Amino acid sequence: MNDFPFLLTMIAVPAVGAAVVAALPRGRDVLAKQVALGVSALVFLLAVLATIAFDAGGDRFQLTTSVSWIPDFGVDFALGVDGIALVMLLLIGVLVPVVVVASWRDTPPANRSMSTFFAWLLLLEAMMVGVFAATDVFLFYVFFEAMLVPMYFLIGSFGGPRRQYAAVKFFLYSLVGGLVMLAAVIGLYVVSSSELGEGTFAFDALRQIEIDPGVQKLLFLGFFVAFAIKAPLVPFHTWLPDSGAEAPIGGAVLLVGVLDKVGTFGFIRYCLPLFPDASRDLAPFVLVLAVAGILYAALLAMGQSDLKRWVSYTSIAHFGYIALGIFAFTTEAGTGAVLYMVNHGIATGLLFLIVGMLIARGGSRQIADYGGIAAQAPKLAGAFLIACLAALALPGTNSFVSELLVLIGSFPSVPVFTILATAGIILAALYSLLVYQRTMHGPPRGVLLEAGTGPTPAEPVGGSGTATVTAPAPAAARLRVRDLSRRELAVAGPMVALIIALGVYPQPLIDLIEPAVAATMSDIGADPAGVQPATDTEGTD
Amino acid sequence: MLSAADAITAPSLSLGALAPLLVVFGAACIGVLVEAFGPRERRHAVQVAVALVGTVGGLVTTLLLVGERQVTAGGALAVDGASVFLMATIAGLGALSVLLFAERSLDPARSAFVAAAAVPAGSPRDRELLTAHRVQTEVYPLATFAIGGMMLFVAANDLLIMFVALEVLSLPLYLISGLARRRRLLSQEAAVKYFLLGSFASAFFLYGLALVYGATGSVRLADIRTASAAGGTDVLLVLGLGLLFVGLMFKASVAPFHAWTPDVYQGAPTPVTAFMAACTKVAAFGAILRLLYVAFGTSEWTWRPLVYGIAIVSMVVGAVLGLTQTDIKRMLAYSSIAHAGFLLTGVIGYGGGADGQGTGLGGTMFYLLAYGLTTLGAFAVVTLLRDGDGEATHLSKWAGLARRSPLTAAVMGLFLLALAGIPLTSGFTGKFAVFRPAIDDGAWPLVVVALLASAVAAFFYLRVLVLMYFSEPAADGPTVGVPGLPTTIVLAVTVTATVVLGVVPGAVLDLAEQAARFVG
Repeated sequence: MNDFPFLLTMIAVPAVGAAVVAALPRGRDVLAKQVALGVSALVFLLAVLATIAFDAGGDRFQLTTSVSWIPDFGVDFALGVDGIALVMLLLIGVLVPVVVVASWRDTPPANRSMSTFFAWLLLLEAMMVGVFAATDVFLFYVFFEAMLVPMYFLIGSFGGPRRQYAAVKFFLYSLVGGLVMLAAVIGLYVVSSSELGEGTFAFDALRQIEIDPGVQKLLFLGFFVAFAIKAPLVPFHTWLPDSGAEAPIGGAVLLVGVLDKVGTFGFIRYCLPLFPDASRDLAPFVLVLAVAGILYAALLAMGQSDLKRWVSYTSIAHFGYIALGIFAFTTEAGTGAVLYMVNHGIATGLLFLIVGMLIARGGSRQIADYGGIAAQAPKLAGAFLIACLAALALPGTNSFVSELLVLIGSFPSVPVFTILATAGIILAALYSLLVYQRTMHGPPRGVLLEAGTGPTPAEPVGGSGTATVTAPAPAAARLRVRDLSRRELAVAGPMVALIIALGVYPQPLIDLIEPAVAATMSDIGADPAGVQPATDTEGTD
Repeated sequence: MLSAADAITAPSLSLGALAPLLVVFGAACIGVLVEAFGPRERRHAVQVAVALVGTVGGLVTTLLLVGERQVTAGGALAVDGASVFLMATIAGLGALSVLLFAERSLDPARSAFVAAAAVPAGSPRDRELLTAHRVQTEVYPLATFAIGGMMLFVAANDLLIMFVALEVLSLPLYLISGLARRRRLLSQEAAVKYFLLGSFASAFFLYGLALVYGATGSVRLADIRTASAAGGTDVLLVLGLGLLFVGLMFKASVAPFHAWTPDVYQGAPTPVTAFMAACTKVAAFGAILRLLYVAFGTSEWTWRPLVYGIAIVSMVVGAVLGLTQTDIKRMLAYSSIAHAGFLLTGVIGYGGGADGQGTGLGGTMFYLLAYGLTTLGAFAVVTLLRDGDGEATHLSKWAGLARRSPLTAAVMGLFLLALAGIPLTSGFTGKFAVFRPAIDDGAWPLVVVALLASAVAAFFYLRVLVLMYFSEPAADGPTVGVPGLPTTIVLAVTVTATVVLGVVPGAVLDLAEQAARFVG
């Protein structure tokens, strides 16, 4: 069973699926959706089977496949997963089918067809799998950059009113980061060829070589900038609210849920093991950014009037926790951070999906246009509440476990930063619950009062306003908001179930993640017990 | 290293080694005869056939020389891995350009070239000819001469031969730049500008040649190498190198010697622009590589700072000025200037190998091939978009192209992504191939500048993508011509190459790497 090339199949299946969907004649949207759903479900199945085949206590990288790709550059098409990458693959496996179902009834902008949307979506899935499964730095880079193209078209073709601006901003930010990383990737290769005699991009070989500390810093920064833009950490974050707000809901879920995780994944997979000295030296600087992000983004989230921008800002705050957990250099915090990556994908994914359902009903992204929804759509409100609670990491939800692990694990090694980060919990409660309260409870507002997409009238006019004239309902009736349909329940249900299940019993995931994180921490020479190692490294080797 | 050749006093001539040049120049001469004596109604078909046979024949005979390493024709010509690779590239790209020239179904008047170049633009006779179906065919022999000159240019082992080749390739280019059927004044202005500035560049080259001769007493590259190794600080020699370099930079459209490029690229008939952007670039960089690596390889310090600085200037100028362009041909011209800078980054990665076999050579040659194919394809797409006044080159006309013609937009999109250097396209492999030797050689600041310039340049490529895919089509937009067989072949070849060189570049990289040897 271990010989089956799971990872290759998981890349090939959606890539072929994308080609099939793209090749379907126009007007066959239904078939396109069915193919997309089938393909993404198959990938999920493969991810589950791969997890079963994976032996958590075994080698660091498993399910490996490797074929020579560009011998002149020493590049192999080498795939393999450790526990960290594996859980990300599971996350992709879960999110993509959910996104397909969630986008089922989306109407594309004029003159565009949904089959194009699903084709890009599947291509994106193939590349996301590739980026996590690559064990060759060059291959990783190729997927890292190529991944931009499908996302660019998803945002630019199917997004909101300012989609062109958002798509270009997204692409340029990521590209700049990627290009800086390219310099570091080449630099790494050059270093490896002087150290090993022959240049290589193989992660395992690169991990072994000793790099001069000065060079390490430069290379670290090259990688770090790319990942910090991707993740995004605070000074590099301005593209995310724009992209998150303008992307179609399905795109936004994958953007924040998976794509941005490539940044934090890059920290723990590439920055730490490859440049241990530089990571230690520059960790305080990263921690400042992380904690600043937690607080700053939380404050900004509170100030948002646009639902999708609000979700984007909450994510930036959460990425701060993940970065904190990674750069605290303890196995516990690292495990928490990786678990956080999964949990955040689910929780924020659900948040985006529910917001999308809300917007589909109200036709407006403004928080002020909603109020009192819970009375008419209790299931919608319930799902929203659970998503909000997961966002603020209430015990019993999945995020609680990971946030706690991060904070407990970080405290022994970086107490000051941890204490500051803890303040973010309070802010999280504020920004989550305030929005929930405003939109779901209180007197009916905005879209419940008038048809159309206009903003809240200055003065509520109740049921007697002109807006309801066209409605066939009795004069007293307000506009109805539908509760969740069966399809929407099928979207929200599994996510809610996962939030609760992983909140109560996260151990299977932790078992997968922990050995990989422990191996990473031993690469960097950190003491797994959680005490920050001395900054001078003499004698540790 | 030239001891064998030195020992022979009588000029040795290896016809086998000269065969590619003989074939191409022979075809050009036959083309002239056809032009003079062939019946007018059949002339076009015959000329296309002659030019294609010449260029493809040149390609085939070049490929027969693979593995050959010799200096022939009395030491004037070097047949080595590098010249074979570059000659084959030029011949191949030249054949594709000829196909573009031969396209007859796009312009309503059945040709992109003026019917009678001597008739004053705008005169009654000119207006009458504009719609006439008369097709003038002098462009084929002229272009064939230029291709022959370019092939000679990259193989020249002697500064005088290099100069002769420079003139042979330049003069026909000046002429055919002025042959556009539509917007003739713009085209003629471009030709005059190109001619004047090009003559200056030639003069620089000649002056440099004289100084180098004065310093070393020889025009042979190998002798110059020996002399520069011995008495490296000679002012005359360094000055001469500088002047030679200026002449070559001009041809390669490297900033700050780029002033002609946007005007000429815009004014010249688009197939000719494609030809210049692809082939001239290869030829000029071939000569630059040979001059620097063979003649001045032992005194790297003389040219390294120069190339370093010019590379930065070129990348920055190309990327920044490209941002402000509103005409697609001018935009691609600035893109070509930026790419010239990227190519110089590869030139920096000399590596100091004994016979110029630093990895920079192989990488640069691969880049030339990849860039040539991509840019040729991009200009070929430009020929497809037409409105009442010929080609619709203003960027606003490209709005919503994906809606009108998804295939055209997809093809152009691929070329733009390749030019921007996105992975899985040839542009990325090329960038990697030139940046790696540069970093290897310690030039990482240059590479960082190059990467930032790529990011800036990506913006203007993206802008076209945004226009094509995310904008609503304009009401009076251009029509997308259905290309005839020649352009279809060109597009098929360039698209395939752009993808293949991006996804499975191993074989070609290997070829370039193995060919990266100079004899001298």
